[in-house]
Amino acid sequence: MEYSKKVMEHFENPRNVGEIKNPDGVGRVGNPACGDVMKLYIRVKDDRIIEAKFKTFGCGAAIATSSIITEMVKGKTLEDALKITKKTVVEALDGLPPIKMHCSVLAEDALKSAIEDYYKKNSQ
Amino acid sequence: MNIYFDNNATTKVDSEVLEEMLPYYSKFYGNPSSVHDFGRKARFAVNKARSQVAKLLGIQPEELIFTSGGTESNNLAIKGYLFANPKAGRHIITSEIEHHAVLNPCKELKKQGYDLTVVSINKEGVVNPEEIRKAIRGDTALISIMYANNEVGSIQPISEIGNIAKEHNICFHVDAVQAVGKISFKTKEIKADLLSLSGHKINGPKGTGVLYIRKGIKVKSLQQGGHHERNIRPGTENVPGIVGLGKACEIAKKTLNEEVIYVSNLRNKLYLGIRERISDIKLNGCLEGILPNTLNISFAYIEGESLLLKLNKKGINCSTGSACTSGSLKASHVLRAMKVPSHMIQGSIRFSLGKYNKEEEIEYTLKILPGIVQQLREMSPLYEGIKEDGI
Ligand code: FES
Repeated sequence: MEYSKKVMEHFENPRNVGEIKNPDGVGRVGNPACGDVMKLYIRVKDDRIIEAKFKTFGCGAAIATSSIITEMVKGKTLEDALKITKKTVVEALDGLPPIKMHCSVLAEDALKSAIEDYYKKNSQ
Repeated sequence: MNIYFDNNATTKVDSEVLEEMLPYYSKFYGNPSSVHDFGRKARFAVNKARSQVAKLLGIQPEELIFTSGGTESNNLAIKGYLFANPKAGRHIITSEIEHHAVLNPCKELKKQGYDLTVVSINKEGVVNPEEIRKAIRGDTALISIMYANNEVGSIQPISEIGNIAKEHNICFHVDAVQAVGKISFKTKEIKADLLSLSGHKINGPKGTGVLYIRKGIKVKSLQQGGHHERNIRPGTENVPGIVGLGKACEIAKKTLNEEVIYVSNLRNKLYLGIRERISDIKLNGCLEGILPNTLNISFAYIEGESLLLKLNKKGINCSTGSACTSGSLKASHVLRAMKVPSHMIQGSIRFSLGKYNKEEEIEYTLKILPGIVQQLREMSPLYEGIKEDGI
């Protein structure tokens, strides 16, 4: 099993690690396959994600997908952000080894659940 | 620096071993079954290796069969014994923490109608001999227990189990792949009837192994062919490999005692150093009951593969029990059997040392490791939860 250069680059220099104080949305999801955990924080302004940060307990692929998804969502409207799937995340990383495909679920699910959380908080 | 801490996976071939092997590829390449000079030379070399192995194990040279390694030895022991002794019974006893090369043949036999009891182990990774005694039935044919575990290094009460097997007249197989060269023992004293050894774990070549078969014990070959190895293991002998294996055994016998002291000092230094520098760690197993070279530690809040990758980047090579690296996405069956909590299994790292490790390598590791662990912890949502709770 070999990771792509892009995966290793994100793993070694993960972007946007950390948390956002008083975030507009938070998603915390676990990976049913291996038990790893990701937490994604978003700040939203005028229906656009202006900031995203993450914390991940997981393998190299989990950390790299977490990192890249925070970059991908930045500046996107919530509607566009919801179009991001694990497939687009994997593509952005120049692929993942077959055995690591499930790791990208973590990023997609965390993003969906952070946005859901935002909608919930702002529906009243 | 490039540091190898994965000696339970495989070891570097000793240069003396390699030197001994080389002529048997290009100069003395005869088939040991041939009557001519080339054959005689090869035959002589195989016989010499046979007595080198026998000396290390404390057995007679004619009590061993050369195989392709630990996996073949275990398969041959388990299936070969049961197939050769159908009247002995159809029940097998083994333990949860055996290597897959024992567990999987046992499971395969179960599918074929044999009965299997897999005894559990305690939190330190040790089998309780009384559990084995309790599992014995009238039709128990074979007990197979490893001498020491590969992942955590836990040493099993093998002589006690051997005595129980003897009392009940049940054949006793010992997978000694990890114990050979790390523990000094005599095969007869532990009452083993069958015992497996692998060459590449003791600074010998890969693709070589031994099955000890006590005189009087019958084993049926699993493949059919010529008359090699008393018909039990047909196939032209891997002469250079066997020569290397013999030499590795000779060296192991000569240097075992000093090596154990040397390696366990390094291992202890690594353990104490880690304990001093990093909080929230757990030794898997207990220091007094594990192999002198093995250290399996769980680092709370972080996952093993990311830790391995970071260590690897710094030239430190070890392994993990994390589900994320297993291929099957199943966490280590050994740590699960020891009831290590799943997030601690995810963060488990095995350092397995060998005779070529140096003190500087331990010092370097102790310098690098705390920073990497901290970096990953800062990134972990589990760590944050703990910090908030003020633990
Ligand atoms: S998150 Fe566990 S394998 Fe990737």
